[in-house]
Amino acid sequence: MKVGVLGLQGDVREHVRALESVGAAASVVKRLDQLSEVDALVLPGGESTTIGKLLDRYELIEPLRARVADGMPLYGTCAGAILMARDIVGDQDAPHRLGVLDVVVRRNAYGRQLDSFEADLGIDRLVGDFRAVFIRAPMIESCGDDVEVLAVVDGRPVLVRQGGLLASTFHPEMTADARVHDMFVNDIAGAA
Amino acid sequence: MAEIQRETGGVRVKRGLAEMLKGGVIMDVTTAEQARIAEDAGAVAVMALERVPADIRAEGGVVRMADPEKVAEIVEAVSIPVMAKCRIGHFVEAQVLQSLGVDYIDESEVLTPADESNHVNKWDFDVPFVCGATDLGEALRRLGEGAAMIRSKGEAGTGNVVEAVRHMRSITSSIKRLSVMGSEELMSTAKELRAPYELVREVAETGRFPVVLFTAGGIATPADAALMMQIGADGVFVGSGIFKSGDPALRARAIVEATTHFEDPDLVAKVSRGLGEAMVGINIQEIPDHGRLAKRGW
Repeated sequence: MKVGVLGLQGDVREHVRALESVGAAASVVKRLDQLSEVDALVLPGGESTTIGKLLDRYELIEPLRARVADGMPLYGTCAGAILMARDIVGDQDAPHRLGVLDVVVRRNAYGRQLDSFEADLGIDRLVGDFRAVFIRAPMIESCGDDVEVLAVVDGRPVLVRQGGLLASTFHPEMTADARVHDMFVNDIAGAA
Repeated sequence: MAEIQRETGGVRVKRGLAEMLKGGVIMDVTTAEQARIAEDAGAVAVMALERVPADIRAEGGVVRMADPEKVAEIVEAVSIPVMAKCRIGHFVEAQVLQSLGVDYIDESEVLTPADESNHVNKWDFDVPFVCGATDLGEALRRLGEGAAMIRSKGEAGTGNVVEAVRHMRSITSSIKRLSVMGSEELMSTAKELRAPYELVREVAETGRFPVVLFTAGGIATPADAALMMQIGADGVFVGSGIFKSGDPALRARAIVEATTHFEDPDLVAKVSRGLGEAMVGINIQEIPDHGRLAKRGW
């Protein structure tokens, strides 16, 4: 399976490595013509304001929405999850985004960098804990009826799925544990 | 439901924030208004400081961390991470900046050093640090003190990219040399580099620098930014180059685009057109030795 990583800004290399480790053919997507070459896409961690502006500047938002509407599996981590969210609260200028996932998100909800943290999570369908890294993470405040919650921290969803869409507020690409990428590539995208 | 055990201030979250900034541009700002211009242009973070390096060169005097009032205003003004500079070795300025809630501290040679032998012991802090380096040994000494991100120093406030190129090339070529060395050569190399042996061994084994490596000091045009990305920088700090130019908002945006698409000359050409005046540059040979900021740091 060919899986692209949106490469406008952020921790692109880490996602490429994680995707390759679970058997995907990973490539970096920066331009529209590169998007048509992939079967699924990852929106990496980074700065959502910056990535949103670049998506808008290069007119990539509509083509991405069209691919998602067409059934392309999509996984977003942290900034990527923000870019997928239907609504953003608590922000005067919410970033440009796809708005394809039926969740409401608050940016930098845990605080500033001093509040960034790691924690062991239980994730539905995975055996044993998953070491999750949260960096200036957003919070998923509410989810629509079609959204399945796969992991929570303090009662708030941190990993959610809606059909072929997967989003986490933490960064599985920051550790050597590729089980979430495996879930995306081989269960979610593989079934689509 | 059991409360989840959270670990804050660890190496992974410190280095991790730098990973999130890769492929981006961090811009020097002195006011909340400049910070908003930088964010609008697509900066991934802003660096709060008292004066930009070009003004420091022109005006002289002792340069300290920015007024906490200004730092707080900048933190309020933007949603992207805010970094701030402290003087080399001035761990109380660093404590103050941590207390203000900045996201990263730059222990910077651009400010007047406070200690001529020692840098801040950065392991003492929960906030991550970025430090400048001119070569691999200096970069690894800073990591040994707990830095979570490195930037090549260049020569700040000159608008001349030559020193940034020299320092980045020095770091990357040393990494390449280490990666082909025999294990018996590493101790004497650590001695030559004046760097911790364990870190030298890590670089030799992995063939890559252990943390995110940005570039800084003299980047003034979109082509400068793309050049530094092509020779191995993970991202770019721009200081005087933006707010000392004719049209800061336009130039800032162009440098962001050239950093993203650094391997695409057509795009770099397109965004470089009609930017107005670049900042006035200085030839490095014309700067007396005591005016070379890159020589600060031990």
